[in-house]
Amino acid sequence: MSILVVENLSISFNQYTESLKQKNVNVISSLNVTLEEGEILAVVGASGSGKSLLAHAILGILPNNANISGTISYDGEILTAARQASLRGTEIALIPQSVNYLDPLMRVGNQVRNSVKVGDAVAAQRKVFERLRLKSGVENMYPFQLSGGMARRTLLSTAIVSGAKVIIADEPTPGLDPVVIKEALENFREFADNGCAVMLITHDIESALTIADKIAVFYAGTTVEIAPVENFNGDGEALRHPYSKALWRALPQNEFIPIPGSQPRPNNLPSGCLFAPRCPIATLECELAQPEMRELRNGRVRCIHAT
Amino acid sequence: MQLEAKNIGFRYGDGPWLFQGVNFTVKPGEIVGLTAPSGRGKTTFCRILAGYEKPLEGSITIEGLPVPTRGFHPVQLIFQHPEKAVNPRWKMEKVLSEGEKPDPELLDLLGIEQEWLTRWPNELSGGELQRFCVARALGSNPHFLIADEMTTMLDAITQAQIWYAVLEIAKKRKMGIIIVSHEEKLMQRLCHRVVELKSF
Repeated sequence: MSILVVENLSISFNQYTESLKQKNVNVISSLNVTLEEGEILAVVGASGSGKSLLAHAILGILPNNANISGTISYDGEILTAARQASLRGTEIALIPQSVNYLDPLMRVGNQVRNSVKVGDAVAAQRKVFERLRLKSGVENMYPFQLSGGMARRTLLSTAIVSGAKVIIADEPTPGLDPVVIKEALENFREFADNGCAVMLITHDIESALTIADKIAVFYAGTTVEIAPVENFNGDGEALRHPYSKALWRALPQNEFIPIPGSQPRPNNLPSGCLFAPRCPIATLECELAQPEMRELRNGRVRCIHAT
Repeated sequence: MQLEAKNIGFRYGDGPWLFQGVNFTVKPGEIVGLTAPSGRGKTTFCRILAGYEKPLEGSITIEGLPVPTRGFHPVQLIFQHPEKAVNPRWKMEKVLSEGEKPDPELLDLLGIEQEWLTRWPNELSGGELQRFCVARALGSNPHFLIADEMTTMLDAITQAQIWYAVLEIAKKRKMGIIIVSHEEKLMQRLCHRVVELKSF
């Protein structure tokens, strides 16, 4: 069952250009994703493609100058600001991307205990630390005393003990060693197998492949493809969108060959398909209008040429 | 121009020794991977090599001579989080010319666009900022470059773009590179040899 549905989400920011002039910058345009109970959806794409913004929009923690259109519903009901405030941290938990999200003035053990809603908070915190291989002395440390990997495991611990039904993990793995990554990913799989829904925002496609059910590929603020995990295989011929293929081929374990250019900036988006300027198979038609998302071979794609 | 670390030992305050008796050498043009579990002191070791910390035991030499303590450091470190390595109140052009002014060819190779130079750091993505950090470090012609999880936060295409540029420059200048990364596949792709911090 779908627990979280994001439909046609667009986000723009009011920005001051010069003196008192303002302009509206589109950062996410007509984005659709669905989280199913018991499923892990991995969201991959370049930085600046709107992955973290999506997470922040779901939790209702975007800055004040953000304009949001489209709908987000949770458990069949529209997610209003009031509902977001009551659900975050209890039913919907975020594992933030930056390790700066830890309170610099609070011992990390206490920060984790704060998230425990039922039962013995100290015991729960110690159990999760042991599981993530954080030594017993770590609970008394302050964030500045932790290495990057230890701080990340602390953030992960807060979500694990919270008992949430939807977990949104924003880049939980970079900088961790393989043993801890495996442990963290197994935790996500366990969440999902117990009926939770997990959104794993990552650029580590390889890790995502080991646990995710579906993969959504983001580019310049929109979903270009949603594919079952099996499609990420071989030289990517089963993938639908040319950007997904390029991303797959650029991995070090594949060809490690980058396509030139960079993602367009939000204030300078192409009028048609957002990927057209870098696309090897783009035609004149691609520059006319942004293609709609359509069903294709058990997945979805936003490309008129995809077969 | 061989970089040599001999018998390095370090700890913070009265804490336990992070490592002791570490020996490590990098030859010109050599690409060496450095691995260890999280929290074992990889980043601290890199900071020592790049002169940000003084080792409590042992010595760092280049071609047998101690590393100069003033002026441009011949070992340059690129950090994992570029947004923390640039001055948020400087526009990119000023950030870039903190060392020497890099030549346009280098900026081109790294895919840095002219238009980015007039922007503030918070207006650029992590991948764009990291290109600037690489350009800033390479501008003054260092003998060694340390990439401490340099592309960990970046997508695969940007990662490959930056590495292509860095490898090309390293080859041309016979610059040695030390790579710290948890990504085994990336290490296999890039390194001549990989060493583990505890087993030097």
